[in-house]
Amino acid sequence: MSAVLLDNRRSRHAAATGVKAKNYRLRRVWSEVGCLALAAVLIVWTLAPIYNMVMVALQSHNDVFTNDIWPRQPSLYSFWIVITEGYWYLEYFWHQFGNSLYIGVMTVFFTLFIASLVSFSVSRMRLRNGWLLTNAALLTYVIPASFLAIPLYRIMQGYGLGNNVWSIIAVEVTFATPYAIFIFQQYGRSIPIELDEAARVDGASPWQVYYKIYLPMMAPALVAVGTYALLLAWNEYLYQFLLLSDKRSMTVPVALAQFLNSDESPWNYMMATAIIYAIPPVVIYYLFRGRMTSGLTMGGVKG
Amino acid sequence: MASVSVIEAGRPVLGRRSLLRTWRGGLQGSEFAWALAFCIPYVAVFLAFVAYPIVYGLWLGHNPALYAELWQDPIFQMTVVNTIIYLAVGVNVKMFFALLLSGFFMRRGWWVKGLLMIYVLPWAVPALPTFISIHWMLNSQWGLLNNVLWDVFHIDGPGWLDTSRWMALGAVIVSYIWKNMPFWTVILLAGRMSIPQELYEAAEVDGATGLRRFAHISFPLLANLYLVCTLLSTIFTLGDFNTVTFVSGGGPALTTHVLATIGIRDAFDIARPDLGVAAVMTALPLMIPLVLILMRKLRTSEVQL
Repeated sequence: MSAVLLDNRRSRHAAATGVKAKNYRLRRVWSEVGCLALAAVLIVWTLAPIYNMVMVALQSHNDVFTNDIWPRQPSLYSFWIVITEGYWYLEYFWHQFGNSLYIGVMTVFFTLFIASLVSFSVSRMRLRNGWLLTNAALLTYVIPASFLAIPLYRIMQGYGLGNNVWSIIAVEVTFATPYAIFIFQQYGRSIPIELDEAARVDGASPWQVYYKIYLPMMAPALVAVGTYALLLAWNEYLYQFLLLSDKRSMTVPVALAQFLNSDESPWNYMMATAIIYAIPPVVIYYLFRGRMTSGLTMGGVKG
Repeated sequence: MASVSVIEAGRPVLGRRSLLRTWRGGLQGSEFAWALAFCIPYVAVFLAFVAYPIVYGLWLGHNPALYAELWQDPIFQMTVVNTIIYLAVGVNVKMFFALLLSGFFMRRGWWVKGLLMIYVLPWAVPALPTFISIHWMLNSQWGLLNNVLWDVFHIDGPGWLDTSRWMALGAVIVSYIWKNMPFWTVILLAGRMSIPQELYEAAEVDGATGLRRFAHISFPLLANLYLVCTLLSTIFTLGDFNTVTFVSGGGPALTTHVLATIGIRDAFDIARPDLGVAAVMTALPLMIPLVLILMRKLRTSEVQL
């Protein structure tokens, strides 16, 4: 809106002299042309790898190894192979898909549960020295997860969790909770503390205040963080690769990377698998984008 | 800046008013027990999966001989140089373009909104599929890029990933920018949108437009956000495993590894976990100051990601 306003104002100034107006119109045309050119460049830049993915998935195995830049005889055969588990790398595809989903859902549940409890205790009940917990969360947030991979791998083996999806759930929860705590504490400030106090006066236990007042009030933040945790767990690769090596405990990204081990990869099947794997997070991302960005920026950037 | 810092929010507030309040002036009896119990799950997760691995990692990599061994290894020397280039070029180029593009996406119009939806696609798609796609796209013989070069210009494209270290590293950096730029653009866009429009209108009256508008209003107000984003992005990028693994695979001949990938390679491909941990630990001189600055900046919560 404001841009239009400014443009109007600018043109009113410019209208004072004819030459100025002409210059202004010329500049405006050029700036439109520049914007369109930039948009074209951005579209090509953004879509090239994605186009490549779709193109290869639609090609037959022999057509992949040609100089074609579009699928000569596009077919959905590769997708059919993936859906029916018709290739030996894909024999447990739906089982692995289920593993990914299970890990994602469990990660969301435990992240929300653990992080909301600790946020409630620290910022609503004002636990003494609770800032230590906040700092622990911040520290975890800024340590790259991959740097802990080697010790965590050995520890998980020590806990007897090798090849167990619960080791992955534990890892994803570990790395999702700090951000969740961060968001919950920020968002919690917008909820008046008087609500808690009123409930306390009426004789509610801390658990009841948490469950009946805090959680419902936090719903938007819970949705934002839940989406974040789900995408984190679904997209993460390194820990799933290290800790899950059995075909039946594997997740989709690990199975996908396995294709690269063979000498002559069936690239069309691989890209079809990749697309099927990518669709759920993309759909969820676009569905919850509005809530996520408001969750991501609420309170924060406006200072 | 009306926001109370997280750390202050965590401290018990002992004001005159708050003493009257039920939960503020220190918890008593069963309430204290409840509050502690609420923290137990998080503390357990933190101790088991963060604190213990850190201590264990430090113990694994405590032998100085490991560092001498690393230092003499030409592959490790290249890895350090690669990591520095990857961080310096990748993060800064990405953040700079994100800053410029966030200005572009402030424009009005349905097609700019639509473009933004397409533009965030690399961030929405998981890393693996697209990096594998880029890897194949850059194949010297059958990849899309060389096919286009041949079909359109009749040029034989080079082997992007398997002939030269610098080309492969460049491909990794470009892929990294492709994947991560949309996210930071959206963050900076949110930062720009929170700048009150009146400021620009006032500047307009005073005759500041274009570059001067950016230099005197947008940038001073975005500077802190930009700095925090850059630091945070640096530390995330330091731990980035997927880009190098799937775009170049560390090749040709192990020349494009970064610290995050060489550690995993040492630990699992050549079964030397102590060496892998030591390789990762060499990042500490960069990491510790970054972590300290970031914890200060994020704690006072002027920005949020």
